[in-house]
Amino acid sequence: MTTTSTYDVHTVRAAFPILQRTVHGGKPLVYLDHAATAQKPQAVLDAIGHYYRTTNSNVHRGAHALSAEATAAFEDARAVIAGYVGAARNEEIVFTSGTTDGLNLLAATVLTSAQPGDEILLTEMEHHANIVPWQMVAQQRGLAIRVVPVRDDGTISVDDVASLLTERTKVFACAHVSNVLGTINPIAEWSALCQANGTRCIVDGAQAIQHCSVDVQALGCDAYVFSAHKLFGPTGFGVLWARYDFLDALPPYRGGGAMIDRVTFSGTTFNAIPMRFEAGTPHIEGAIGTAAAIRWLQEIDTTERIAHEDDLLRHTTAAMTAMDGLTILGTASHKVGIISFVVDGIHASDIGTLLDNMGIAIRAGHHCTQPLHQRFGIDASARASFALTSTREEADMFVEGLAKAIRMLR
Amino acid sequence: MSPSAAINQLADDFALFSDWEDKYAYIIDLGKHLRPYPEQYRTDEFKVRGCQSQVWLHPHVEGNTVHFDADSDAVIVRGLIALLMRVYDGATAKEILDTPTDFVRTLGLADHLSQNRANGLAAMLKQIHLYALAVQSRLESASS
Ligand SMILES: Cc1ncc(COP(=O)(O)O)c(C=O)c1O
Repeated sequence: MTTTSTYDVHTVRAAFPILQRTVHGGKPLVYLDHAATAQKPQAVLDAIGHYYRTTNSNVHRGAHALSAEATAAFEDARAVIAGYVGAARNEEIVFTSGTTDGLNLLAATVLTSAQPGDEILLTEMEHHANIVPWQMVAQQRGLAIRVVPVRDDGTISVDDVASLLTERTKVFACAHVSNVLGTINPIAEWSALCQANGTRCIVDGAQAIQHCSVDVQALGCDAYVFSAHKLFGPTGFGVLWARYDFLDALPPYRGGGAMIDRVTFSGTTFNAIPMRFEAGTPHIEGAIGTAAAIRWLQEIDTTERIAHEDDLLRHTTAAMTAMDGLTILGTASHKVGIISFVVDGIHASDIGTLLDNMGIAIRAGHHCTQPLHQRFGIDASARASFALTSTREEADMFVEGLAKAIRMLR
Repeated sequence: MSPSAAINQLADDFALFSDWEDKYAYIIDLGKHLRPYPEQYRTDEFKVRGCQSQVWLHPHVEGNTVHFDADSDAVIVRGLIALLMRVYDGATAKEILDTPTDFVRTLGLADHLSQNRANGLAAMLKQIHLYALAVQSRLESASS
């Protein structure tokens, strides 16, 4: 951090009631599992509570005061989200139930005219949510899946991407940030390759959305999906952004109310985007809570918060690198505050259990990335992940706790 | 030793620990000394699902008692296996079925092992009970 920074982590942290609690009989909670889900600031809790106390009503339907207010708040949320990611139009924002839902929607609709033998390109670092939906459509349509390898340092060579994009590659689906390695991928470069190749570039932004400033225009991709719960918003809500013409050409995904224009038993015509993809009563307070999360985040200087997280990453990485028998997975120079690691002869779940008893919440397992773990020749890893609320004290408690856990287990 | 006597014994042992660290040091030590698992049963058939670590459980009957071999790649889970074996290994199916599983909580294990779902303790207990149930119903149908 620069000496001129005014970033005050303790003030930012004070906005999160849950971070004040203790666990296991009075131990302060050290929450280092922000990659699994982010905690919620008071502003988000207030917005959701306020909606239910004052406005609750179905949107786009009833002709009454509450419904009009709820619809206005809901569509205002769409505008806030569109602005946050740099969408050209509000209609480019489709509300989903999360990253997984957005990826399933795209996998089911983007490849409807693909021919057997056409290809889907993925990377070796993808989350299962960005593998399985593509495998399902590949199986149905006889498509081939190709995979860009991950190098030892957790990065991907742009030459590998270029050489795996063939004239048959219809889609390249890739993570902006890896949930295990922390690597920030050069999406703008990859998008340019895809565009030149006539391939759709679809980006899983689940991990990037909390840490990076995302501008879909600068990224140049065709679609970008994320979950609100990783952006300090509510669970069960997510966003799919897609370029207007691309989105407008996609067929409907789920049928039901709100997504139609006119229904008769002889046939149905469909609503315009984004409603075409929002069948049924939506997650109204999800949208409102997400807009509140974004507004809250926009009060904080982006450069300073990113510098703060970067400081925690470097500080902790340096301390961990000095530990005997410990290997960090993912040492890219361009990464977010996610540190996955393995320790010789010790299972990640044992480390997780002991740290938990010290009040330190990390995650152990395959983190829904079994192919990536196979690539590194392991079944499981432990992962600590920071957020803008994390402190140096927490980082030090984690490092000390980890050293103690390793001593107890050796 | 019957399961209930084993549970009482464990409760006495655990009462000596003043904090979680002592308790865990003990569990880890038990895990390091768990009796070796027969390699021929280290297969998918004997894998317990729903655990963060890999767990294998091979139950079998010898005479009129039920026996267990079990293993994990996580040492704390191995220690928990050792505790479960003290209670269940060599008991009759009926004794197992008559032993409520809440001893896990009374020992303060569920408390500290807040990850007990993830580490497979619950899944192992369920497997052991299901196995005992199968053995017992076979016995009952043979004698009726
Ligand atoms: C990279 C990545 N993709 C996709 C997902 C799935 O997100 P969700 O479970 O919110 O749909 C996650 C969540 O862990 C993730 O980290």
